[in-house]
Amino acid sequence: MAEYQNIFTRVQIRAPAYAGVSLPRGAWGRQGKGRFSHLLGRFGDAQIGPVYLGTTGLLSLICGFIAFEIIGLNMFASVHWNPVQFIRQLPWLALEPPAPANGLHFPRLQDGGWWLMAGFFLTSSVLLWWLRMYRRARALGMGTHVSWAFLSAIWLMLVLGIIRPVLMGSFGEAVPFGIFPHLDWTAAFSIRYGNLFYNPFHCLSIAFLYGSTLLFAMHGGTILAVSRLGGDRELEQIVDRGTAAERAALFWRWTMGFNATMESIHRWAWWFAVLCPLVGGIGILLTGTVVDNWYLWAVKHHVAPMYPHVFAPVVDPATLGGAK
Amino acid sequence: MNGLGTLGYRCAMAPGLLIATVGFSFALSGCEHPPVDTVQNGYRGLGMQQIINPRTDAQKAAKNIVPAVIPAAPADGPLASSVYQNIQVLKDLNVAQFTRVMLAVTQWVAPPDQSCNYCHTSNMASDDRYTKVVARRMLQMVRHVNSDWKDHVGATGVTCYTCHRGNAVPQNVWFTNPGESSTSGLIAGNAGKNKPSQTVGLTALPYDPLTRFLLDDKNIRVISNDALPNGNRASIKQTDITYALMIHMSESLGVNCVYCHNSRSFAVWDASTPKRTTAWYGIRLARDLNNNYLVPLKATFPEHRLGVLGDVAKVSCATCHQGLFKPMYGERMAKDYPELQGPMHPAPAPVAAPAVENSPPTAALLGNRP
Repeated sequence: MAEYQNIFTRVQIRAPAYAGVSLPRGAWGRQGKGRFSHLLGRFGDAQIGPVYLGTTGLLSLICGFIAFEIIGLNMFASVHWNPVQFIRQLPWLALEPPAPANGLHFPRLQDGGWWLMAGFFLTSSVLLWWLRMYRRARALGMGTHVSWAFLSAIWLMLVLGIIRPVLMGSFGEAVPFGIFPHLDWTAAFSIRYGNLFYNPFHCLSIAFLYGSTLLFAMHGGTILAVSRLGGDRELEQIVDRGTAAERAALFWRWTMGFNATMESIHRWAWWFAVLCPLVGGIGILLTGTVVDNWYLWAVKHHVAPMYPHVFAPVVDPATLGGAK
Repeated sequence: MNGLGTLGYRCAMAPGLLIATVGFSFALSGCEHPPVDTVQNGYRGLGMQQIINPRTDAQKAAKNIVPAVIPAAPADGPLASSVYQNIQVLKDLNVAQFTRVMLAVTQWVAPPDQSCNYCHTSNMASDDRYTKVVARRMLQMVRHVNSDWKDHVGATGVTCYTCHRGNAVPQNVWFTNPGESSTSGLIAGNAGKNKPSQTVGLTALPYDPLTRFLLDDKNIRVISNDALPNGNRASIKQTDITYALMIHMSESLGVNCVYCHNSRSFAVWDASTPKRTTAWYGIRLARDLNNNYLVPLKATFPEHRLGVLGDVAKVSCATCHQGLFKPMYGERMAKDYPELQGPMHPAPAPVAAPAVENSPPTAALLGNRP
């Protein structure tokens, strides 16, 4: 027979669904009464709903649906509305931005107009969802940290999709909507600008990405390790001796001489996560606008080390005449 | 939790697990399974290495066995042109050498059930069969490659077999691919990409980089030679097409990017491997052969040999290389066939033979003789 020990347990408690704190005046009601899912209870709280939709939530879903349909139906049309081919070729299919020659004009729908419309509705959807997160946090009397972290990701998306293309003077610079095509775009982008690994903001972004995973592993591991002592009840324990919280802190002080606090570890995690797309977006924004070849930039500024030649230096045959 | 609950849970999970497993298998079905070998080909620590799969290598080796050498012909004897009629290209060969070439072509190219008849009618001198006119031009092409393109083929050279491998039409030829007319009305176009194509290794990259680069002479280079913006307007879409050509080369040769390029900078030449120079000449070689040997044969070929746009079959890297860094692992097959290396004796300038004067494609062909 399993025992109820702490929150990290396989035992699921069933009680009448709790709708949450009362809403401020003028707000929409919550949708649904709440129900339970055993399966989801294995990953988190078993209670599903009620959901607060609200104006921004509803508009965000509508805009997201429009963008999804524009992208999906154009992909479906590109395989002659053949459902088998649609599934089979789905990773290859895409909605392409306008040709580079189009510049910043609004092209015909078939020449990239659909792409612009999908981008507009997707952006609207994401920004409305951001507003909803901000407002829900405020309604609960919380801080707005989650929405600002989300905005960092939105920043990277907007740099890739609209800000940098506008600065470059061509919507054609933007990313296609498609699974393989957007990955090809990423590789082509790095190739065109002389290897993005030499972009220092790309380096920083990677450091924050890997740093985030490291912090996640350290924090998650620490809390799980002391949950048998009630470590998941962080704040109740934070000031007391001998608690799980103190043991967790001591563990790190003993192993590496320094420990985060129960509060600061979350600031670390938040900043690492936020800085990953934030600096990444700066790196993309500078590419093509300010720097055209990151490898040569890194050579110029003595960032890229020189390695011994293994082969005799090769000469560009185009400079030798002869075959053209 | 009681046993019944667990059972119910497992039953509920089974379809999900099945879907996940099947989906995962599909996702990986295009991949080669490990282990693979790596061979370093540059300074340590820079990822300069070739990935070699011993299993696919074994399959390739079986497909790239050079046919037994046809016994050499004696160097003396009357010139074939003094014995046979309507000999326009192999005028420098004696009868034995000439016969040896005909035998080789029959073994390497002609379908076994048709043999000599694939090109010849009962009148051996006749140019009635288009295949004979094409074969004549192809012999000129082989000699041209062996004598004028040593920058690419080196001393290894090529023979008919390098491309044909026993097929009347080499397996790895290409036609201009206009894409399917998938778009009409207001439906978005695909920008010439996003269709799985063997030409570009089943990627979503532009499916026909070959027309642009191996037929037309469009600029392949997109990377700037300056750190800061200096007028290079090459777009990402343009980069995609160059990328597609590079994937074609990589697939055709069975090598990684860093076989030719430096992992740190694809653009700089002085840190590239010497292979990049060979590949650079290879691009020009393919362009030369397509424009000067294959396209002019358009009117010679019957319709069923042409592509959807009515263009001739053309060559790319894959036509000779067929998945190997050097065709047939660099086996120097051509050295056994001096007849294919170029004129063996100073031959008089070619003149149009009376039999073909009324045949425009052949006349054009003679006019183009290098």
